[in-house]
Amino acid sequence: MARVQLREIAHARSGDKGDDANIGLIARKPEYYPELAAQVTAERVKDHFRELCRGNVERYELPNLHALNFVLHQALDGGGTVSLRTDAQGKTLSAALLRMEVEIG
Amino acid sequence: MIRIANAQGFWGDSLEAPLEQLRGGPIDYLTLDYLAEVTMSILQKQFSRDPQAGYARDFVQTIERGAKEIVTRGVKVVANAGGVNPETCAAAVTAALKRAGYAGRMKIGIVTGDNILSRLPDFVGRGSALGSVALKNMDTGEPIESILSRVRSANVYLGAFPIAEALGQGAQIVVTGRCSDIALSLGPEIHEFGWKPDDWDFLAAGAVGGHAIECGAQATGGNCQFDWEKIPNMASIGYPILEAEPDGRFAITKHPGTGGRVSVAGVTEQLIYEIGDPRAYVTPDVIADFTSIQLKQAGADRVQFWGIKGKPATEFYKVSISYTAGFKAVGTMTYGWPDAYKKARAADRILRTRLERLGLKFEAILSEFVGANACHGEALSGEPSPDLAEVTFRVGVRGPDPGAIERFTRELAPLALNGPPVVTYPSGGRPKIEEIVAYWPALIPKSEVAAKVTIIDG
Repeated sequence: MARVQLREIAHARSGDKGDDANIGLIARKPEYYPELAAQVTAERVKDHFRELCRGNVERYELPNLHALNFVLHQALDGGGTVSLRTDAQGKTLSAALLRMEVEIG
Repeated sequence: MIRIANAQGFWGDSLEAPLEQLRGGPIDYLTLDYLAEVTMSILQKQFSRDPQAGYARDFVQTIERGAKEIVTRGVKVVANAGGVNPETCAAAVTAALKRAGYAGRMKIGIVTGDNILSRLPDFVGRGSALGSVALKNMDTGEPIESILSRVRSANVYLGAFPIAEALGQGAQIVVTGRCSDIALSLGPEIHEFGWKPDDWDFLAAGAVGGHAIECGAQATGGNCQFDWEKIPNMASIGYPILEAEPDGRFAITKHPGTGGRVSVAGVTEQLIYEIGDPRAYVTPDVIADFTSIQLKQAGADRVQFWGIKGKPATEFYKVSISYTAGFKAVGTMTYGWPDAYKKARAADRILRTRLERLGLKFEAILSEFVGANACHGEALSGEPSPDLAEVTFRVGVRGPDPGAIERFTRELAPLALNGPPVVTYPSGGRPKIEEIVAYWPALIPKSEVAAKVTIIDG
């Protein structure tokens, strides 16, 4: 077993819908998808983003695309035009998720 | 098979992309998406000052520059450039065609009916007769009464069938107000293939294809995290082309010889971009199931799609409402090595003490340290090195009182002389005060809204 950052086994893209951000997390190889599905839970993602995300986190599975979709509610300081953040639209949150560590066999 | 080329992912996207899509190889349709969530409010503001404004003027210039190819190659153009004034936009397009020497060569279709701003008080007056969810904020559930006096714009996201109807009436250029982004490409597919309003799987395939290309070069290697350094010739990146078949299969590709990359990895990033529940991607025309999508690399710069399933559309249109929500201002000061982060933190403490002493009230003050942890936050970014070359202290305030915001803008620059050392700040003067226009997503029964198609001579 090795402990690696998600960036080693996945890539991602993120964006906004109002004050919610979404992060699509995609396995770099199909065989990594089960590890993502088992280890990158909604609870872990909520904890990972506790400083930035005030609402809950929902997770959706897309096994056909070897991907997970996370919706982070109230994660953008009000969203788009209201937010005072540099990243008001959550564009860099995808990479922030790739900092998370997982175990691979 | 038809080729639909998208060349605009938002208002402000490349001005050259539409011409490159027209000139780079054979296409049947050119689509241009100009409208983001709050664009309508900006256009509404322009319209209220000048009844000849309120649409995407870039589009008129694009038509003038591309007129020769549009006419000689018979390319049809579908754009939501009409904003809150589609009729005037269409008239400006007619004038542009004339200037380019192509007057009287084509019909222009106009799709309206999306603008419900003047009807909002009536809707609110009828209240529950519209159904329990109507016009409530989709995210928070708040009733619209709380913001009604501050509403700036209200536009329904219309579907693809009015666009297909305009094409069916012979329009070569179709100008719409607010419609769903995916309608720009789904409309041509409905027109060309004769898809019916209950062809759920076909419509879902059209919705997925539309989503894949709606953000322009994000489908062809732009903003792509998968091996981004290996993406070739990004300076000449090609924009996406949707090659659609009547049976719902389609491919995403780009013109030969252009830069960028069309790969399963990059296209998948775009598919999951800005979606919620993948089993229910809701559009005005269909609910698409993204978990049914099958795709594979089918040659260089080509991804093939099949197997997409759809479910019946809902009884509601989504409405994009914008309203004023106070004021904000953001400013920066940049601190240099050594201990740049420590200096920026000290500046933040000093500034906040002074703001407090002045008795200024804000709804929010946000301090960020760009270069240290602004994007990902302190917890994820770790302790900043004392050897960082520089850190930019970026501070913003938000609140209902423009006077307090204005006073804040005068407290930043003095820090250059009366705060921590090794500091520089932007030459542009004090931070600008912006009025905040916020977004209110809501629903309205489809039965309350009628799209209208008008054809004029171009």
